[in-house]
Amino acid sequence: MITLGDYLIVSGILFAIGFAGVMLRRNLIIILMSLELMLNAANLSLVAFSRFRVLPTGLPDYNVQVFVFFIITVAAAEVAVGLAILVALFRARQTTDVKDISSLKF
Amino acid sequence: MPAFLFWIFALLMLIFGAAVVVNRNPVASALSLVVSFIGLAALFMSLDAYFIGIIQVLVYAGAVMVLFLFIIMLLDLRAEERRKISWLTSAGAIAVALALLLQIFYVVGHFKSAQQPFPPLARSTTDDVRNIGLLLFENYNLPFQIIGVLVLVATIGVVLLSRREPR
Repeated sequence: MITLGDYLIVSGILFAIGFAGVMLRRNLIIILMSLELMLNAANLSLVAFSRFRVLPTGLPDYNVQVFVFFIITVAAAEVAVGLAILVALFRARQTTDVKDISSLKF
Repeated sequence: MPAFLFWIFALLMLIFGAAVVVNRNPVASALSLVVSFIGLAALFMSLDAYFIGIIQVLVYAGAVMVLFLFIIMLLDLRAEERRKISWLTSAGAIAVALALLLQIFYVVGHFKSAQQPFPPLARSTTDDVRNIGLLLFENYNLPFQIIGVLVLVATIGVVLLSRREPR
């Protein structure tokens, strides 16, 4: 029997993979993809909670699913802006490696 | 949904999610991300969230992935050359990720509700989209419009950012 805990564990592992990607990789595109993985891990646990909390009407808690809908929208906007910044950066510096972009480093 | 389907899709999602991080070639990473998101969409559908599952496939496997692949092809990014890996940084990153994972395991292990199976739904939720739509346009009308403004601002920002500077 699949429990709520199974979904939460899977979502936690996915979040940790995304987190490790952000910390380990130096390519900005891969960092953006790992950010997407983390956002989706959060979505998975939200939807699992939505299914777990069945309302008296016998339906899942749709408030959470509306929240997930908003998260997906914001994530799509974030990817668009992030990739536009990446293109502008590539035009200026001809690199997508975070190690080469350290002008602001203290 | 049978238990083995849950494990198949969860493993698919996690393996290809790890492949995103491990792959050296950005195109291979982007394609792994698609497979990972499709596994995630299947998990959403296993939770009776059909609308969210469809949105996941449309927005991520469709729009976002095309955007990623387009940028990778446009910038003509090759596989990264091997650089000297800073072992201290890598070990630190993996240690922090593992600590996070252990905390999640601990919290979920001590969470009473997490051991219970999902309660049954009263009836099949085939009118998922209708329920979410009613909620979205009645209770969450203002946030919905704010999201619309956000997407507009993002569009204008992208156009401004990617415009070539007139010299």
